[in-house]
Amino acid sequence: MMRHLISAADLSRDDAVLILDTAEEMARVADRPIKKLPALRGRTVVNLFFEDSTRTRISFEAAEKRLSADVINFAAKGSSVSKGESLKDTAQTLEAMGVDAVVIRHGASGAPYNLATSGWIDAAVINAGDGTHQHPTQALLDAFTMRRRLIGPDAGLGQDLGGKRITIVGDVLHSRVARSNVDLLHTLGAQVTLVAPPTLLPVGVETWPCEVSYDLDQVLAKSDAVMMLRVQRERMNAAFFPTEREYARRYGLDGDRMAKMPEHAIVMHPGPMVRGMEITADVADSERCTAIEQVANGVHTRMAVLYLLLGGNEPAGATTRTEESK
Amino acid sequence: MSKILIRGAKVLGGEAQDVLIDGETIAAVGTGLSAEGATVVEAEGQVLLPGLVDLHTHLREPGREDSETVLTGTKAAARGGWTAVHAMANTFPVADTAGVVEQVWRLGRESGYCDVQPIGAVTVGLEGKQLAELGAMHDSAAGVKVFSDDGKCVDDAVIMRRALEYVKAFDGVVAQHAQEPRLTEGAQMNEGTVSAELGLGGWPAVAEESIIARDVLLAEHVGSRVHICHLSTAGSVEIVRWAKSRGINVTAEVTPHHLLLTDEMVRTYNPVYKVNPPLRTERDVMALREALADGTIDIVATDHAPHPGEDKDCEWAAAAMGMVGLETALSVVQQTMVDTGLLDWAGVAERMSVNPAKIGRLDGHGRPVSVGEPANLTLVDPAYRGAVDPADFASRSRNTPYEGRELPGRVTHTFLRGRATVIDGNLT
Repeated sequence: MMRHLISAADLSRDDAVLILDTAEEMARVADRPIKKLPALRGRTVVNLFFEDSTRTRISFEAAEKRLSADVINFAAKGSSVSKGESLKDTAQTLEAMGVDAVVIRHGASGAPYNLATSGWIDAAVINAGDGTHQHPTQALLDAFTMRRRLIGPDAGLGQDLGGKRITIVGDVLHSRVARSNVDLLHTLGAQVTLVAPPTLLPVGVETWPCEVSYDLDQVLAKSDAVMMLRVQRERMNAAFFPTEREYARRYGLDGDRMAKMPEHAIVMHPGPMVRGMEITADVADSERCTAIEQVANGVHTRMAVLYLLLGGNEPAGATTRTEESK
Repeated sequence: MSKILIRGAKVLGGEAQDVLIDGETIAAVGTGLSAEGATVVEAEGQVLLPGLVDLHTHLREPGREDSETVLTGTKAAARGGWTAVHAMANTFPVADTAGVVEQVWRLGRESGYCDVQPIGAVTVGLEGKQLAELGAMHDSAAGVKVFSDDGKCVDDAVIMRRALEYVKAFDGVVAQHAQEPRLTEGAQMNEGTVSAELGLGGWPAVAEESIIARDVLLAEHVGSRVHICHLSTAGSVEIVRWAKSRGINVTAEVTPHHLLLTDEMVRTYNPVYKVNPPLRTERDVMALREALADGTIDIVATDHAPHPGEDKDCEWAAAAMGMVGLETALSVVQQTMVDTGLLDWAGVAERMSVNPAKIGRLDGHGRPVSVGEPANLTLVDPAYRGAVDPADFASRSRNTPYEGRELPGRVTHTFLRGRATVIDGNLT
């Protein structure tokens, strides 16, 4: 297992399957009356958030606490960072305090990579989303959700997503979720199709290991999962699309479109959803939509990542780890 | 007056000859010249070039003396073999008045390491709205001939047209930083496969090419000359080639880093590779080399852009754009152009001394190595191989993309009007 988790592209197929299998173990912990493992007792994890993201932060925090880690939340807003302190100085401050892992969310693409490679800090670095680059734990929790729903919690153990057809729809250009998912799903053997207006696809997307379509209706019937990405209304001011209504008509998922999907196919959304924009309320609230499940799975998956990066590589159930087993 | 005999140097890479400097000028060129009364510089195997002339240097003074001063910048220039540099106008305050350009000019004279020719801003405060007093800057002691808002593009077509016309009155030239601002909002690196993967805002080639296309047409329409700064794309080369074939009075420059590095380097997220215009693709690099060889691109200019450590020791988006280049330029040109067989040393002399002096209308530089000419000379040892060590730079800043990289060639001596500014690689 690697020391840091910066990009979904860094994960081998076996790494990824190990994380998903470990997440299944973690999910079982969540079903116990006492949802806690001693695995990271005495280890300190900092959630270093330079961008507001309550969902991702509390998901990591829950995962860390369930593993008995000591948790420090560092929101850069209102701290010395907002007064001009550099990433380097912040990192060295945390290093001086002896943290074991840094979970970083940053608005600048590459900031977690800088943190892991610059020599500023010795701790393990977990990317919780950087700019429009990567959000690897999101991709892992999405893959976990797909494997559970499309194969099964037990049947899926040891399995990848070979042959599954995954469609990702929306603002790919500005999406770290899309980038991470394309990388990881490709590694896991899935066939990915991106659907977006041409303005919301990056120049260079043709080299990605996936198909690209401008027509949502054409790909729905051939999808085992359809992942809707959030589309910010402000994008329309920069002429990425003419109006919210036109976007919703051409690329939004409503009940009629959902009906074109195979019966077993699921609808996914990383949240937060913009109802009425990329997804209608009836789809968002339907049984086929896994948005809430993804949140729960996020905790299991992040527990697995933290455990494997900091704890070791044996199955989670088999061991109790303490500080001396670093 | 002191005499210096440079013995056995390959003048412009040709036959070994002796060159005798007497005072400020070249007194004799030939074989077997007498060393009587002269200090001898043994130059066997070395190449003698006219002193290099940089049309694009950021000396940062006044205003950002933490990154460079005229003194440290001219020391770096001398180390790199330059005998004249053009100081860009984007200082604080901006060099948009006779007062500021005269200050920079005076600081250059005081430094004594290389001639400093200030460039004047085209518009007040580089804002692109109102013409600066171009005539006053020309008429000042600094004698400004080159005007540029470099760092920013003169994007308003009418302002650009007027500037091109206006400077004709005193044989000036506008040097355009070609960057369409709307197409490059939030741009962080070349737009292409690498930017798509890294999630960094794309800087499309068309943002450069569209401005160059417009400006060569404007120059044709008003019968002016225009200079294109740091051309970086294969498409820009095609446009300039077309414009020259049409007889348009356009000149163009390329930086050493655009001749060597590509956007693949950005995968490290190391801000030493962050530069404006951005590093492009391998295809662009090859087109630029070819264009420099065939004369479509007239000159190499460094775009030496010093920045303090804290502006580079940070995340990519927060980092400043630019690289230092004065002390590595000739080595990069040797590696990319000479050692590849694209250009001989005479061609290097054309593109790094003769042509930039012509474009800048700079007297006394870019002259032939012959009797009676000013003794502005650079001696380079092309057999040298060594890794770049930023700690060894004379520049106040260290933001080089070549740290640890082995580059060929080394400037051993630089002479400014007969006076050695560099001896055996060391400043005098």
